[in-house]
Amino acid sequence: MRNRLICTLLLLLVMVLPSAGLAEGVVNVFNWEDYISQDALDLFTEETGITVNYMNFTTNEDMLVKVRNSPSSFDVVFPSDYCIERMIHEDLLSPIDFANVPNLQYIDHNLLNPSYDPTGEYSVPYMWGTVGILYNTTLVASPVTSWSVLFDQQYQNNVFMMDSIRDCLGVALKYLGYSMNTRDPLELNAAKDLLIKQKKDGIVKAYQVDETKDKMVAGEAALALVWSGDAQYAIDLNPDLAYVVPDEGSNIWVDGMVIPKAAKNKANAELFIDFMSRPDVAQMNCNEIWYSTPNVAAIELMGDEYRDNLTMNPTQEIVDRCEFFLDIQDFIQIYNTMWLEIKSA
Amino acid sequence: MNQSLSLPSWMLWLLGLFLLGFVLLAVYSVKRTNGIRRSFFASPYTLWMVLFTIVPCVLIAYYALTDANGAFTLDNFRNFWDSNYSVNQLYTQMGPEYEVLIQRGTVNIGILVYSLWMALLCTIICLVLGYPAAYFMADRNIKIGSILVVLFIIPMWMNFLLRTIAWMTLLEDQGLINTLLKSLGFHSVQLMYNDRAVLLGMVYNFLPFMVFPIYTSLTKMDSKLLEAAQDLGANHLHTFWRVTAPLSLPGVISGITMVFMPSVTTFFIPRILGGGNTMMFGDLIENRFLTEGNWNLGSALSLIMMVLILISLSVLRKADPEGEGGGMI
Repeated sequence: MRNRLICTLLLLLVMVLPSAGLAEGVVNVFNWEDYISQDALDLFTEETGITVNYMNFTTNEDMLVKVRNSPSSFDVVFPSDYCIERMIHEDLLSPIDFANVPNLQYIDHNLLNPSYDPTGEYSVPYMWGTVGILYNTTLVASPVTSWSVLFDQQYQNNVFMMDSIRDCLGVALKYLGYSMNTRDPLELNAAKDLLIKQKKDGIVKAYQVDETKDKMVAGEAALALVWSGDAQYAIDLNPDLAYVVPDEGSNIWVDGMVIPKAAKNKANAELFIDFMSRPDVAQMNCNEIWYSTPNVAAIELMGDEYRDNLTMNPTQEIVDRCEFFLDIQDFIQIYNTMWLEIKSA
Repeated sequence: MNQSLSLPSWMLWLLGLFLLGFVLLAVYSVKRTNGIRRSFFASPYTLWMVLFTIVPCVLIAYYALTDANGAFTLDNFRNFWDSNYSVNQLYTQMGPEYEVLIQRGTVNIGILVYSLWMALLCTIICLVLGYPAAYFMADRNIKIGSILVVLFIIPMWMNFLLRTIAWMTLLEDQGLINTLLKSLGFHSVQLMYNDRAVLLGMVYNFLPFMVFPIYTSLTKMDSKLLEAAQDLGANHLHTFWRVTAPLSLPGVISGITMVFMPSVTTFFIPRILGGGNTMMFGDLIENRFLTEGNWNLGSALSLIMMVLILISLSVLRKADPEGEGGGMI
């Protein structure tokens, strides 16, 4: 399990070397950690002869800073909904030429003109999922239905929180009955106080992102705040684990593929996006990373195993109680300030 | 937040002029002495230092003193002192009902004080552990001394990130140590996700930097001095206290410097071994740069860090004016 982490770090070290390709036959891909099938990448290179320079990020915020600072280093980026909105707003993205992306026909049509990209020009949905609680049924007695377990003294030193600003504060806001996209500093302040109390009470064991899934498999903690795909990955390795989207509602998100305006290899980027939207490739990715695919044809290929899985394929009722993150623009400054107060409390 | 981080063009011109001046100076010095002066051979390093030490420092100072639009401002330092400085202004603009939220933020200062405290603890522990180890290794009557030196160096061949992650496997609740404890019938203990684990990681990583300067100054010491002291009637304790300890002082000072400096700016260790429950100043700077994308505030914090380090360096230089501690700083 640790190997993944070590490999990632080695990759990061390599990343520091100037690796952005100028030559033809290269595509620079910037994606989330553990978020693609290596076989799919190999197949892409095999079929097209294009070398993939693959680079990782951990949170949307980290990604955004890097793309802002060196937009020409990346040809395809995989931001989430609210970040795509932000990037369109900042004029960082280039419209995709859909004549080069015929596989778009397989993508769920309901997702093609989303609120974060109203004209649908800039992004192609890659995966979607929810935020919820992954818990160990041998350590948590009753089925979890509410965010309140994350703030329950009973689970002293037994909760992994997510080291991600919007997700952590969003959950606290939702538990308090507010919107995850609030722009009311008083509501946000209440969420901050709740998270500081949770930390001071000794409930939080650690704030982390990519380490959580493997640690939950090993039984390091009873409860963890995770994304649905990480949950499914962990459940697959440890059947004692279960995933739930609490009744108060949660965050539902879509990660899209976008092309930065300054991309050097736009044609290759479109080829890459088209390839990733091909049903068999979408299936490969889905089987590897366990998030929900927007690819209708891929879902048909996967059959009942996918359709009956509530983590990967939540019911309409679960989807209805979730909300998208919206771009909160300059208000993020207040989120950032409060987040540091929590982390250093 | 919509900031452009590209440098103004005059900075690039300045940089070009600087390099040109440097080349001209080199050529002039060759001409004037009708041949190549010895100092000329230092020029590749000088160029390296200018490009990768001096220029970055100038850039840090530039960012620290400007805002997102490149205009001069001291707000970054106000934000350091009061981490709520910017958001307080927002609250004021938003209306009177938000005035209850206005208060001084102590995030930056708090993290700085915590980092200094952790660095102090780390330095003390390293000194207490490192001095006897160095003393032992430097003893010529002990055959395995040189083997110990090699054993100290070998782990340093590995990257410190990997060594730190390896500690995780040992310290976790389901890790090696706890599995062993449980199989022996003891209760498991919480070793990770707290300050102690962070301190352990720091001591582990920085201990060699304490041991080697002391070791160097001890081996450099003339053993005739010890014989002379004993001839004059001093016992072992007395010899150590009056001869060995003062002569190894430069090594100790050098060791303290080399442990304390990197300790204050430690990052990554709190995130991995401390589970992100605490932040050190290095993590804070990283967060300002990479998560918030606020290069200006991040640079201001770095600048403050550099000034603090320079101050402590000059204090330590006073105690070791010849820089004898292996000359490693």
